[in-house]
Amino acid sequence: MNWKRASSAAVVAIPIIALLGYGLTLDPKEIPSPLPGRAAPAFSLAVFAEGMGAQHRASGDTVRLADHSGEVVVLNFWASWCLACRDEHTTLSDVSDVYAGKGVKFYGVLYNDVPNNGTRWIAEMGGQSYPSLEDPRTRTAIDYGLYGVPETFFIGRDGRVAYKHVGPVSATVLATKLDSLLALPAPGRNSSDSARSVPVRTSGQ
Amino acid sequence: MIATARRPRRGTGGQRVGGRGVAPLLLAVLLLAGGSAGSAGRLCAQQVEVVTTGNRTLDERTRDVASQLRCPVCQGNSIQDSPSELAQEMKGVVRDQLAAGRTPQEVKQYFIDKYGEWILLEPTASGFNLVVYLLPIVGVVGGGALIWRAVRKWTTPPETGAAAGPGPRS
Repeated sequence: MNWKRASSAAVVAIPIIALLGYGLTLDPKEIPSPLPGRAAPAFSLAVFAEGMGAQHRASGDTVRLADHSGEVVVLNFWASWCLACRDEHTTLSDVSDVYAGKGVKFYGVLYNDVPNNGTRWIAEMGGQSYPSLEDPRTRTAIDYGLYGVPETFFIGRDGRVAYKHVGPVSATVLATKLDSLLALPAPGRNSSDSARSVPVRTSGQ
Repeated sequence: MIATARRPRRGTGGQRVGGRGVAPLLLAVLLLAGGSAGSAGRLCAQQVEVVTTGNRTLDERTRDVASQLRCPVCQGNSIQDSPSELAQEMKGVVRDQLAAGRTPQEVKQYFIDKYGEWILLEPTASGFNLVVYLLPIVGVVGGGALIWRAVRKWTTPPETGAAAGPGPRS
């Protein structure tokens, strides 16, 4: 009789304890992004910080994701008020230099900040090898499901978001992800003018 | 008995209907007269009302959708209640999309596509999410059954004699 009761209690209690235990392993602050694997949201943003060398873009130029079809794009959202962004700045600049000639484009996107502050911050940090773009009213940030900075998105040659990194990104993560994306075959045709048509293009291969 | 009781009611009722029927008729005539005279004015008033409440309606719809979306910064608040700048911008997106003719469901779907179902303050009642809705009911029903059983056990007087003995335990 007691064994019966104990087993009944266990049947009820074990799943509840397991569920609560599983909940403890999760970070409630972390929002799982549905974007990886999907077509990267298209954007068209103006350059406010030019970058240097191979990654240079003139200030005021408009950068469109659609213009980078067939290239790997790293999109790093940052802000001058973000302390963690300082930790990754040098790493991003250095890795951007290394991958500039390999068909990888780096862009910074200013989040919830004004370009003047951004330019001042870049100068204070000793420059930035890749250009930074302004995102008025954070529309692109919302399009990418951003909830804080820094966040870095890796967009593959097929125009899909391959990976999203939350927090300061390390050189190892950058190199690993970029190497794996460069190892993938480039899409056959570049006729699309929008990243959203990527699924059609890949399904035709 | 019942039939006789009904007859007088019908009779008096009929008289009452006839007597009271004058008032609605008079009211209808007055309304028609007044209506024909003031119909143009009322139409204008209605049109003005639609125009003036157009923005208010958009605000209300924005508030309604924004109240259902979780703020990614505060997480416990809706973007309607959150003071964070991101929430305010997201509310702007809601408003813009509603103004562009998207339905509230389409606007919510846009945010689900970007942030996942996490963005909804109330998860949709389908699939695994049903657990959230069913578990409390199961808990209440199960708990109630346990309490009922325990109360019955406590309040039932113990049986005397051999029937209450250790027989069943062996």
